[in-house]
Amino acid sequence: MVARDDRRAVDPLIRVNRRQAYEAAQRRRALMVAGVSTVVVLAAAIILVPLAPGWPAVRASFFDASVFAETFPTLLQAFLIDVMIFAWSVPLILGLGLAIALARGARAAALFPLRIFGAIYVDVFRGIPVVLTIYLIGFGIPGLGLPRPWNSPYIWGTVALVLTYSAYVAEVLRSGIESVHASQRNAAICLGLSERDTMRYVILPQAIRRVVPANMNMLVALQKDVALLSFIGPVEILRQAGIYKSLLANFTPYVVAAVIFLLVTVPATRYADHLLNRDRNARS
Amino acid sequence: MPEAKLSLRAVVKSFGDNAVLKGIDLDVAPGEMICLIGASGSGKSTLLRCINQLEPIDDGAVFLEGQDISEPGLDLAPIRRRIGIVFQSYNLFPHMTALDNVLLAPRRVLRGDVAEQRARAEALFDRFGLAPHMLKYPDQLSGGQQQRVAVIRALAMQPEIMLFDEITAALDPELVGEVLQVLRQLRAEGMTMVLATHEMGFAREAADRVCFMDGGVIVEEGPPQEIFSAPKRARTQAFLKAVLR
Repeated sequence: MVARDDRRAVDPLIRVNRRQAYEAAQRRRALMVAGVSTVVVLAAAIILVPLAPGWPAVRASFFDASVFAETFPTLLQAFLIDVMIFAWSVPLILGLGLAIALARGARAAALFPLRIFGAIYVDVFRGIPVVLTIYLIGFGIPGLGLPRPWNSPYIWGTVALVLTYSAYVAEVLRSGIESVHASQRNAAICLGLSERDTMRYVILPQAIRRVVPANMNMLVALQKDVALLSFIGPVEILRQAGIYKSLLANFTPYVVAAVIFLLVTVPATRYADHLLNRDRNARS
Repeated sequence: MPEAKLSLRAVVKSFGDNAVLKGIDLDVAPGEMICLIGASGSGKSTLLRCINQLEPIDDGAVFLEGQDISEPGLDLAPIRRRIGIVFQSYNLFPHMTALDNVLLAPRRVLRGDVAEQRARAEALFDRFGLAPHMLKYPDQLSGGQQQRVAVIRALAMQPEIMLFDEITAALDPELVGEVLQVLRQLRAEGMTMVLATHEMGFAREAADRVCFMDGGVIVEEGPPQEIFSAPKRARTQAFLKAVLR
């Protein structure tokens, strides 16, 4: 596309048709308007915000460059704990989410309790704020007087995250399973495949592929929610930032933490969006 | 006359208040090709789906080689593998290559030697001129090719009888021929077949017997020359007059 435009620019003999000329003009106009409005907004922010009466104080306590440089390495290291907790939670969440999704779809009469359990599970853990689940499980279960290491907040914090997120993932997967057209199932059972094989080889592979983008978004949210475990003990990035805040009487560590989260979550969200768009394009 | 491969006795099927099949009797001899013709909604597709028990019938009975396969509560998987069915919309599994589409059911259901199954599947692709497309995914194939893969997939289970549900209806006109050619080939090999079709030319040329369905009953049946040249019933005449012009 670009190459063709370039060729046209150097070679006037390649004629631009009316539609192309019109669209090129429109594009130029749109670019200019967007550029001007962006510059205006940015300039306003840069000029107006420092005019606020509290700005010098805010700048000193939130955007202190020396505090930023001092706390960044340690906070980055503390973030590794978040990444670790995230890393071992993900397979557990996907496994449990799949199990719950399948339980909810179980049709056999003998499996009815499983279905009920799946439905209640999803309702309960989607209905409670993550923080509450983390508090209740993270403080409640070790409170039973479990011996070390079974009272570790890492374990019970992970459990709380897994319980909550697998409920969401289960719902996403279930919607994926239901989005596979009934004719696929018919084709499979008409070949003599069992219900189980039909699910495993025909329905699930298609369903899982369809919900990858949605689950990517879920994982981005999980990465952020790992920070909530700071409330029950682990000295991960949010807690470490809190320690620095008290130590240095400065909020800049929180800004550092936010920046570190963005470094990870922005690329991940963009990637998820890219997958979603690709999916949409492939289907239309 | 040898024992019928497939017999339907007073088959009745409704969806809610909508009676779709109102007492169908039909005998299919081994190696016979039967074409069901009739307007959309006359019950042709439902009849096929009732034969392989994809739709449970309300009353009457379906016999496959003398065994009542419509008995409620019967384990249907072993029966369905003896009856191949191909649908209008192909229904290939989009996440598998053509070859894997064909091999899935033999591998999971028939078990046995993997290499031998693969060889047999490849022979089928060869026989229907699709060997070059074996490793492609369904969305890389034309409609006609996809439909032929669907036929091969059904044949790979070595069914005793094949059902075809308007398998050319979704195809571009220029692709219909290659699929009908597959049916001719199967007929020549002695496969027992029941097909619902709008291809009157094909029904006339290839069928052993044509059944005209209307309003959930078989109104008239007989050899194609008879049905097409000298239909006895007024409803048959009206239908043929409408479609053959």
